[in-house]
Amino acid sequence: MADRERRHTRPLGSVFVPHADVLNADDLSRAILRMAHEIVERNRGLKNVVLIGLQTGGVAIAERLGELLLEIEGNAPPVGSLDVAFYRDDIGLRPVLPEATTDIPGDLTGKIVILVDDVLFTGRTIRAALNALGDFGRAAQIQLAVVVDRGHRELPLRPDFVGKNLPTARDELVDVTLDGVTLGRLESL
Amino acid sequence: MSVASLSGQHLLSIEDLDAEGIEEILEVAEAFGEVEKRSVRKVPTLKGKVVASLFFEESTRTRLSFETAAKRLSADVLSLAVASSSVKKGESLRDTVETIEAMGIDAVVLRHSSAGAPEQVARWVERARVINAGDGSHQHPTQALIDLFTLRQALASAQGRSSEGSGLSIFDGLEILIIGDIRHSRVARSQIQAYTTAGATVSVAAPGTLLPTDLEGWPVKVVDDVDEAVRHADVVSLLRMQEERGSGSFVPSLHEFTMTHGMSEARAANLKPGALMTHPGPMVRGIEIASRVADDPRCLVRQQVANGVPVRMAVLFLALSSSSGGEDG
Repeated sequence: MADRERRHTRPLGSVFVPHADVLNADDLSRAILRMAHEIVERNRGLKNVVLIGLQTGGVAIAERLGELLLEIEGNAPPVGSLDVAFYRDDIGLRPVLPEATTDIPGDLTGKIVILVDDVLFTGRTIRAALNALGDFGRAAQIQLAVVVDRGHRELPLRPDFVGKNLPTARDELVDVTLDGVTLGRLESL
Repeated sequence: MSVASLSGQHLLSIEDLDAEGIEEILEVAEAFGEVEKRSVRKVPTLKGKVVASLFFEESTRTRLSFETAAKRLSADVLSLAVASSSVKKGESLRDTVETIEAMGIDAVVLRHSSAGAPEQVARWVERARVINAGDGSHQHPTQALIDLFTLRQALASAQGRSSEGSGLSIFDGLEILIIGDIRHSRVARSQIQAYTTAGATVSVAAPGTLLPTDLEGWPVKVVDDVDEAVRHADVVSLLRMQEERGSGSFVPSLHEFTMTHGMSEARAANLKPGALMTHPGPMVRGIEIASRVADDPRCLVRQQVANGVPVRMAVLFLALSSSSGGEDG
């Protein structure tokens, strides 16, 4: 979960206390490598493929996928980033602030956009991202790649590429870094 | 009453913000600056919100840039033209505001010739957020924020780095010289607070009659020798002679003001290398700034106008966003 989410999730000012290691660094890199192969397989290569990492958790994953796709196919797809703060439907419900840059590599019309995020939870971030992408052109297809699908969807969305399906309780937090995936809770100090 | 962050608050005065609150606005404005570069320069952030712009005093760029900012955020904009409203029939400010609030307005952008009008309106309204777009010679907070934003971009770019995420450290120890009609200038009051909060030191230069009478206690140094001060300043902020507030009658003649305090080509030539000039506009070429100096690349006036929209988008966005933590999304 991105720092933004953590800082603004109640109880405020609490710390992340891990209680289970889900994937270690090796497990995670194997999962991402498999996702890279699935992306190539599904799209029969990388023609017109653009990777867009969601700020902030998805960006490092998108960059890693880009490197692996270069190794697998010999050419790297363009990699961009997107901050969806301005497209969220919960402004006024909680503090929503842009955290980082949006950098979309060119017009997306006719492209196969692969949205990349660390954790898929309610689906609201992805809904916001789909709305945002519409402003950058009419993509031929939008596919979704996530490292962890933790359930609890509130919208009719499903991922195309998943690193790990992880059943969770609603109040748990999933922490994804390139060092691995841990499950924990926010606890007040 | 420092509220630190603008989130969910009125913006009445720069005094309401601490350094962190100012930095937050600049960072959000950077993100909106990116939106300005897209082919579709509009985001749905404030869809369904209503922003009313109430200008009881003339304005071109402030009004246009606030309304553009609100529209870029997909808010509905009501623009009250005072000349054709019931204000002409003698309706009081309070009744006008109550009418507007009864219509479910989310934000009021207010310019008024009386200092303190936005504070007063903020006390009357219940749900709407009030943004001060200039009140008398009191405050013009968004202009000072635009100046900080523009300077931060220009200074960072001169150092070959991005201003995004650069904080306020670039202002540490920066020497800022404000020249012109300080007495009548709401921009100067907001600038002095904003620059000081950001860590810069501020000096002012003006004919004695155009210095405020309550200058003691302000965090500024008054300089008498304009030519000497210009040589040392990192940034020179020029202010217009406010003819509509009678600035002209405070000096023997505008020509004399130009001679003693105007940014002539000769003075501009004495600026130290890398120094920059700002002007909140509208400029009166030939009075406070020579025409050639106004077109000099060191004069940031065009960038200031361009940055008006993203900075005001950030102000509207933050003022209308929630300040309390809600449920996890």
